[in-house]
Amino acid sequence: MTVESVLFYAFAGLSLLSALAMVGFVRNVVAGAMSLVVTMISLAGIYVLLEAHLVAVIQIMVYAGAILVLFLFVIMLLNLRSDDFGPVRPWQGVLKVVGAAVALGIFVVLLGVLPDTLPEVAELPEGFGGFRVIGVSLFTDYVVPVEVAGFLLLAAIVGAVILAKRSID
Amino acid sequence: MVPIEHVTALSAALFTIGVIGVLVRRNLIVILMSVELMLNAVNLAFVGFNRVWAGTTEQPLLDGHVFVLMVITVAAAEVAVGLGIVIALVRNRDSVNIEDVSILRW
Repeated sequence: MTVESVLFYAFAGLSLLSALAMVGFVRNVVAGAMSLVVTMISLAGIYVLLEAHLVAVIQIMVYAGAILVLFLFVIMLLNLRSDDFGPVRPWQGVLKVVGAAVALGIFVVLLGVLPDTLPEVAELPEGFGGFRVIGVSLFTDYVVPVEVAGFLLLAAIVGAVILAKRSID
Repeated sequence: MVPIEHVTALSAALFTIGVIGVLVRRNLIVILMSVELMLNAVNLAFVGFNRVWAGTTEQPLLDGHVFVLMVITVAAAEVAVGLGIVIALVRNRDSVNIEDVSILRW
């Protein structure tokens, strides 16, 4: 096994474990959020192994740095300690099993749909996954989606401020 | 190099864990985090496939990476609005339990 594959399987196991922990931490929402940080950072490691350097940097900055901090901030602001919601309906456990079974069915379907064998690239184009190539791509072929994304972010900012305001004047 | 089939299998597994989180958990914040996990699984599939179809030096193909950047943008917007809704909900109902906001459910 090469160093690359050892690192890949280590990151893959870490991301799976922490994702399961995020779903499984019933008592503590903050612990769930911290597990999600571990998932994001291991995914960034996998992106580096897949030569997606810019995406890996953005992943750490935006996901681990901004989005998860936002989650933790809201959890702290609302003072949510546990997920221990009062009495449950008697068939709640059955419903959870049904939900998990549906999700596992989706997994089986996904694995069936995914192609079994994919071509292996011999060598990568120069500068693949770097700032220059993606930047050129973003500002030539994808300039309209970039502008639309800017408008989307503006709308999201305004919407979030309006929603979280105590009263609308 | 790791076979891309393993990358896509990992992506499918992470997506499944996200679906389980959305279907099984009742805490709105955990459900939002599970949605983030599903978006990340999709991003991983994009990056993996882009590693296979990378193009040539004259014409590199980076559509997968650009898509991932777009997905991250949408995820950031979604989280901002979603958490705004959570804050408004806690202010009105004093709960993050989705069972308390089930008027529209049949």
